[in-house]
Amino acid sequence: MEDRITFKKNKAPLGKRIGNLLVHIFLAALACLWLLPILWIILTSLRGEQGSYVSTFFPKTYTLGNYVKLLTDTSILNFPKMFMNTLIIAIFTCIISTFFVLSVSYCLSRMRFKMRKPYMNMAMILGLFPGFMSMVAVYYILKAIGLSEGTMIRVALILVYSACAGMGFQIAKGFFDTIPKSIDEAAIIDGATQWQVFTKITMPLSKPIIVYTILTSFMGPWVDFIFAKVICRANADQYTVAIGLWSMLQKEYIHSWYTCFAAGAVLVSIPIATLFIFMQKYYVDGMAGAVKG
Amino acid sequence: MAKNFKKQPDAISLGRAIAEGDIKVKLSMVIMGFGCMARKQIGKGLLILLFEISFIYFMVSNGLYNLSMLPSLGWRKQEKVLNSAGFYEYQQGDNSVILLLYGVATLFIVAAFILLWIIQMKLAYKLQVREETSLHINSLKEDIKSLFDKNLHMTLMTFPCLGILFFNIVPLVFMITMAFTNYSKEDDHLILFDWNGLVNFGRVLNIRGNIGKQFWSVLLWTVIWAVFATFLNYIMGMILALIINRKNTHFKSFWRFCFVLSIAVPQFVSLLIMHTMLQQQGAINVILQNMGLISSPLPFLQDPIWARVTIIIINLWVGIPYTMLQVTGILQNIPGELYEAAKMDGAGVFTIFRKITLPYMLFVTAPYLITSFTGNINNFNVIYLLSGGGPTYVGDTAGQTDLLVTWLYKLTIEKQYYNIGAVIGIMTFIVLSITALVTYRNSASYKNEEAFM
Repeated sequence: MEDRITFKKNKAPLGKRIGNLLVHIFLAALACLWLLPILWIILTSLRGEQGSYVSTFFPKTYTLGNYVKLLTDTSILNFPKMFMNTLIIAIFTCIISTFFVLSVSYCLSRMRFKMRKPYMNMAMILGLFPGFMSMVAVYYILKAIGLSEGTMIRVALILVYSACAGMGFQIAKGFFDTIPKSIDEAAIIDGATQWQVFTKITMPLSKPIIVYTILTSFMGPWVDFIFAKVICRANADQYTVAIGLWSMLQKEYIHSWYTCFAAGAVLVSIPIATLFIFMQKYYVDGMAGAVKG
Repeated sequence: MAKNFKKQPDAISLGRAIAEGDIKVKLSMVIMGFGCMARKQIGKGLLILLFEISFIYFMVSNGLYNLSMLPSLGWRKQEKVLNSAGFYEYQQGDNSVILLLYGVATLFIVAAFILLWIIQMKLAYKLQVREETSLHINSLKEDIKSLFDKNLHMTLMTFPCLGILFFNIVPLVFMITMAFTNYSKEDDHLILFDWNGLVNFGRVLNIRGNIGKQFWSVLLWTVIWAVFATFLNYIMGMILALIINRKNTHFKSFWRFCFVLSIAVPQFVSLLIMHTMLQQQGAINVILQNMGLISSPLPFLQDPIWARVTIIIINLWVGIPYTMLQVTGILQNIPGELYEAAKMDGAGVFTIFRKITLPYMLFVTAPYLITSFTGNINNFNVIYLLSGGGPTYVGDTAGQTDLLVTWLYKLTIEKQYYNIGAVIGIMTFIVLSITALVTYRNSASYKNEEAFM
């Protein structure tokens, strides 16, 4: 790769060319460093030898058995079930929190009301408390309303993931702030209500941020670890993917499940990574908008 | 309608409503919603009255008992008693946690009721004023209509606000109250416990005590960690973004893709992989040994100093691509003339970075920097999944790499020292708000809002 660069850039003085080459070598080295763990986990998921003790970087034998075991051996750690649990939770969380985030951000960006500033300040102050400080209390509340056992755990997790979505309005609000207000005003003069402005004008103009909000809230339950752990406790049949993978690395399972863990990690990472790469543009734009606003 | 209301914003206050309200308004003090019902807003008035009735019913049936148990938090132990049939059966005792939770919840309900009372008093008086000045009074239908227009924020924000109230504020207050009790596994106070004032705060702050000693060392490490994690990531991520974005770099999107891929993988997956790779028998040690580079395994996560350095370095792996991604857009906003002018004056790459890029970025991203600093103080994932807070000395509850948050997690979830955990949570909040406040006040973007505009 570096060769091509050197002879393509032949106009620049030699010193600059060497500098440029060094920069590319440096970037290549860094990229290797960053991709190494990912390569490692993919190789491990295909490794024929069991156990976490390895002596070489590349496996001695390759197999797809780990994936087969992960998806079919449901006696101890039921990965397909965990996957379905997480999928259901993620879909509902996604719907509720997208609605919450978009409505709160729209109100804060477009409407002026008495509680606007207090609300924003409150969100900032609440954000300074450690997120799961209230976890124990939330658990007791869920227990008090009967959501801490059996299949109700799913409902509990959906509530936990989506209930506080209204506090994460910054990026979407930053985006709405960049839509010219004159559009709204024109519509209102033409007799549109605020609701119509929200649904018929702002929403169609905000596809990027809607996509971003949907994807982030969908990904939340897949990558969260502690909330699920505190709420599921010992109910292994309600585990989400994250806790399932974590428990594969615990002392009692690690020897026979380590390579399956890698397979599971790959399976979970592929969709998440695809979504993330797909939405990184929106993420960058959102950040730039939020900082400007 | 809203405009008329805005013209006289101070005309309607609770004091004036009580002092100058007519009999219909005064009756609303007792029969809530009466002022509305008497002035054509029957639906709204009935709704308010319904709230009052259900509140009174709740208070009589449960609320008063809940409040009365709040000062003592219960005293009845679970006992075996002989029932009439001649068998022993367990008689349920008091459960202080439940009593505390119900008590706190009742306090919130009372507060909400008082708020509703004030609002309906003002509303009743407002209707009186409007009637006296013969202004239009909204019918229920018009009120509902306005919920989708002028008052859309009420419709849209109600459920998000309720969510925050029930799943953030109430639990938080509940946790904070725990800090003033002896709810802990120590001395077996898991079922019955009492208020004990500021004792827990004293224990945590007292540097000579066991808990206090750990608290100060954890706090010190938390601050060191947050400073390193924030600023190293910030500077190095920015340099990486600059290198990728410079004019002569080829395959820009390929390089960006490489780094983005590493954060696209869920964090808990990559951190758990790192955790296993860095063990004494983990891949890195074994491979280094097989290559003959080291004779004995390196104590990546076993020695306190090694563990701390390892964690900061691994966090660079996690954080640099994030910063790169975030600052890329902002870097392109830097006015090109600044660079041109600097180049004309013969400034080198480093001078430009130090004198233009860095100040500009610091100025623009100060709020982001504060968020990422507080985020790092609360960075649970990296520490818990990577080192689990270890290594831990015998007799301690906090490991050498524990942050306040991971220690809080251990204390509450694993050790069940709920009261100390709650104090740690409050302390974390205090540390965070002080740093956020001080840095925000001193940041250039707060002092001089238009320096770069």
